[in-house]
Amino acid sequence: MTATSRPAPAGTDPATTQATTAAAITVTRVDQVFNAGRSNQVEALRGIDLAIAPGELVSLIGPSGCGKSTLLRVVADLVEPTGGTVTVNGKSARQARIDQDYGMAFQQAGLFDWRSVAQNIELPLELAGWDRTRRRARSRQLLELVRLGEFADHRPWELSGGMQQRVAIARALAVEPPILLMDEPFGALDEMTREHMQAELVRISAETGTTVVFVTHSIPEAVFLSRRVVVMSARPGAITHIAAIGLGARTEDTREDPAFFAAVTEVREALRGRIGAKATATATAKAADADADATAIAGEER
Amino acid sequence: MLAAWAGRTARKALVLVGVVVAVGLVWTGYKALGQATDGHWPGTSIDLPVPTDDRTLPPFWDILRRFFEPQRRGDDTQLWRFILDAAAFTFREAAVGFVIGLAVGLGLALAMLRSGWLERGLLPYVVVSQTIPLIALAPLVVAWGNQLDVGFITWQPWMSVAIIATYLTFFPVTIGALRGLKSPAPEALELMRSCAAGWWATVRKLRLPASVPYLIPAMKVAATASVVGAIVGEISAGVRGGLGRLIIDYAQQYLSDPTRLYAVVIGAGLLGIAAVALVDLLDRALMRNRPREAR
Repeated sequence: MTATSRPAPAGTDPATTQATTAAAITVTRVDQVFNAGRSNQVEALRGIDLAIAPGELVSLIGPSGCGKSTLLRVVADLVEPTGGTVTVNGKSARQARIDQDYGMAFQQAGLFDWRSVAQNIELPLELAGWDRTRRRARSRQLLELVRLGEFADHRPWELSGGMQQRVAIARALAVEPPILLMDEPFGALDEMTREHMQAELVRISAETGTTVVFVTHSIPEAVFLSRRVVVMSARPGAITHIAAIGLGARTEDTREDPAFFAAVTEVREALRGRIGAKATATATAKAADADADATAIAGEER
Repeated sequence: MLAAWAGRTARKALVLVGVVVAVGLVWTGYKALGQATDGHWPGTSIDLPVPTDDRTLPPFWDILRRFFEPQRRGDDTQLWRFILDAAAFTFREAAVGFVIGLAVGLGLALAMLRSGWLERGLLPYVVVSQTIPLIALAPLVVAWGNQLDVGFITWQPWMSVAIIATYLTFFPVTIGALRGLKSPAPEALELMRSCAAGWWATVRKLRLPASVPYLIPAMKVAATASVVGAIVGEISAGVRGGLGRLIIDYAQQYLSDPTRLYAVVIGAGLLGIAAVALVDLLDRALMRNRPREAR
């Protein structure tokens, strides 16, 4: 396994032929039922279809319990779906995981206390069998990328929460995985650090061409980061709307752009169920024009 | 760093002296009280819980002085030297028992981690094993040991005692290690999985280091248990040369020389403290780079 292994072009698997482009990740009719057949049965995901292009940054957003984290874990092969398939660069999610195609980051930085900052970043490299010299060189490079160059030999607990999270992201990027899977990684950060980290992530993704799937609760975060925002609803977890965000290159001014607010509004409306698939199914009592609007947008997606 | 260590050690030594002085004062005061009131609580005719005559409660100073007197008539070896040799003998048994117990405990914990089926099947018996009285078990172990033909080593009685010490040490290690191995957060385990780490890699890089803060207190318990196990083992196995035998001998001759028994009991206590102090050194080495609140 080398650091530079890049995904083989998708399309060899019949499942991916449904996607319009050669997708990096293809999720096809995925269902996830926990505790099936028991009284505490939960239908976490139902009929999820999603194709994510290489280098794309996609956010999953929705209320608590809508299955967005479960969907991320299905893609990561941390949970095996009860139905449907996940294809990653033409191979199964399991094979992709074993090939270390994924880098993961969670809400908690989850750094290991007994390792220095550099050693934490080198963990995936050790597991991939890199030798010491190459590991050192790579962790130096990554520390520069997340702007923590002088903290290599510090202990994780000596760093602030934001710095720890940057280390966790550097660790996720260590093996140059083609795909980054992130579960609310900035959730515990203060607003300023959070916005800084978002800008960093957009920059890193653009510089490295990494595909990112990002789970979040925050609408502005999803809009700022993503090319597309996938809106989900709960019980059962399903995709109700996919908002395409056309904001161009992100800068400090992006968050004050009227187009940014328009996109935030669109995602918020979708979360409230006023637009999207759910709205068309349930909004019989709603005003006729709003209903027509929703149908039009839902139609655009198809 | 060294200065801080020296300061800590000096402070500890001072505390130790303080404790000895305090115990001596209470001891002497209680004795003086009993002698003044003829063994009653002041102003009553209720007996004091412990008689204060010199045979039951020898003067505190006499006990300390006894360490520097010949251990018995016709043998010029000072008692402290004699107790130290016996302690070294017992320490070897305890240390071997401790190391084997550590290995067995870790092995059991890993096996139980590996298989939930094994954990459910094995854990109750691990607990039951500790309810069997050691005095019942010791003669059995000695009997087995005498029959044992290991081949490359000749089985010696002290080895049986080490096995008896093992029996007490593996239990806290098993429980502590199992808890520690299971302590990593789900996210940490998911991270390892996402890096394609197998079971053994996850144990080596995550579970074992994470178990250290759980393992160290368990090892401290095991260290004292190994000393107790070795002493009790010597007594019930009838092995000569260690503190256990000394305690029996001195107890039998208590009437003629009471301070000697007190001295050897103090020696046994000091051996236990030394055992814990060794684990403490390991603790410092392993936890050097961890956050303060985890220490």
